[in-house]
Amino acid sequence: MRLLAFSGRTAKEILRDPLNLFFGLGFPLVLIGLLTAIQANIPVPMFELDHLTPGITVFGLSFMTLFAAVLISKDRESALLQRLYTTPLTASDFIFGYTLPILPIAVAQGVICYIAAALLGLKLTITVLYALLFIIPVALFYIALGLICGSVFNSKQVGGICGALLTNLSAWLSGIWFDVDLVGGVFKKVADVLPFIHAVELERAVFSADYSNILPHFWWVLGYTVVAVVGAVLLFLRQMKKQ
Amino acid sequence: MQAIKTVHLTKKYKDITAVDSLDLTVEQGELFALLGVNGAGKTTTIKMLTCLTKSDSGNAFVNDNSIITDVAAVKSIIGVSPQETAVAPNLSVRENLELMCGVHGFTKEKRQAKTKELSEQFDLTAILSKRAGKLSGGWQRRLSIAMALISEPQILFLDEPTLGLDVLARSDLWDSIRALKGKITIILTTHYMEEAEALADRIGIMKDGKLLALGTSEEMKTKAGTDKFEDAFVAIVKGGKKT
Repeated sequence: MRLLAFSGRTAKEILRDPLNLFFGLGFPLVLIGLLTAIQANIPVPMFELDHLTPGITVFGLSFMTLFAAVLISKDRESALLQRLYTTPLTASDFIFGYTLPILPIAVAQGVICYIAAALLGLKLTITVLYALLFIIPVALFYIALGLICGSVFNSKQVGGICGALLTNLSAWLSGIWFDVDLVGGVFKKVADVLPFIHAVELERAVFSADYSNILPHFWWVLGYTVVAVVGAVLLFLRQMKKQ
Repeated sequence: MQAIKTVHLTKKYKDITAVDSLDLTVEQGELFALLGVNGAGKTTTIKMLTCLTKSDSGNAFVNDNSIITDVAAVKSIIGVSPQETAVAPNLSVRENLELMCGVHGFTKEKRQAKTKELSEQFDLTAILSKRAGKLSGGWQRRLSIAMALISEPQILFLDEPTLGLDVLARSDLWDSIRALKGKITIILTTHYMEEAEALADRIGIMKDGKLLALGTSEEMKTKAGTDKFEDAFVAIVKGGKKT
């Protein structure tokens, strides 16, 4: 009941912000449309819808980090969290209350991206459902990053770090827009040890039913998700104590 | 019966002693004002009494419940309106009130009844569907106090409730606070002399974490030999001695 009340509030705060709707849904859709238009004029295998769409669904999740981080940092600054800490809500109520409502938003974002891609010509099969299922651990990683940033940074810093830095990292080091093998060297090595490229390759493998390629990327994503969730819980509890 | 009793309550931040061995009692039903300049230790005292901050030594009892060992019991009988405006900005006034009902685990019937009761008590009925973030500072403070009263607290903590408000908004809020007098115990922190004098049954003046003076405004004026309470306050704080 208490968790439900707090979760409902989290969902309303996020969904009622027009900027969130624009960046969370509008931006990935614009990218799919734009890159498909480029692909129609100058065929690039990277931008074929069955290759591009799984990547866009992962890129869109970087906005979930922004949503979570902005909400938490603003709650801290406005003292709403301080007020709620004096109520019977527990630490787990807060952590689940921020995390759980964003998961369905993340999945809905994926659904909308696939529907848009289907309207542009992507052939949908049962694998789209698997791809949406596998988006959950990836989304959890991004939401946990949001909890970490929201617990550590103020809302201004969150805008720069999650809004600019993370979305750029997530874009450049994920292999969505260009093949990192073409750059090679340190860039590729860095990309390979970060989770972004593995999340994109995981989604591509699931969507294209390339089952042998799922697990190697899945372990990377799962590992990073576990570390991010543990880090998020510890840092959230730390800021709770600091209140 | 004592609503609040502190025993050598102390809080240190590195080299600074924010609250220094505070001994204080507040009777049930009393409106007690903690007065002091910035950094006097008022907010830290409130944070310890509301279990937001742990004391370094000493103890305090809120309706006989220790803030150290009976945290859940303390949280169940207090209401807090923090210094900053602690409302959910994208939620309507009604939803903010319902959020507080939800986090206290109220049934649907009780939620509706409390929302109606408090919106009438604080003249919020006409703006129930307005987003809290769109309200003026005065109305946000009014909503903030209504939210603190949702849980039917035995003790209400108001931390600088009129900070930054214009004269009319402050006067309106004073009326709301006066209407609560005698019904519940209220602990109010402020650095407005006239606010403490107009509202409080008794006043405690703090400086550098210590309680310098305790009594009614009249008693303090008499002891300091001044006609105005503001002059008495200045004399007490500049003198820095206990009266």
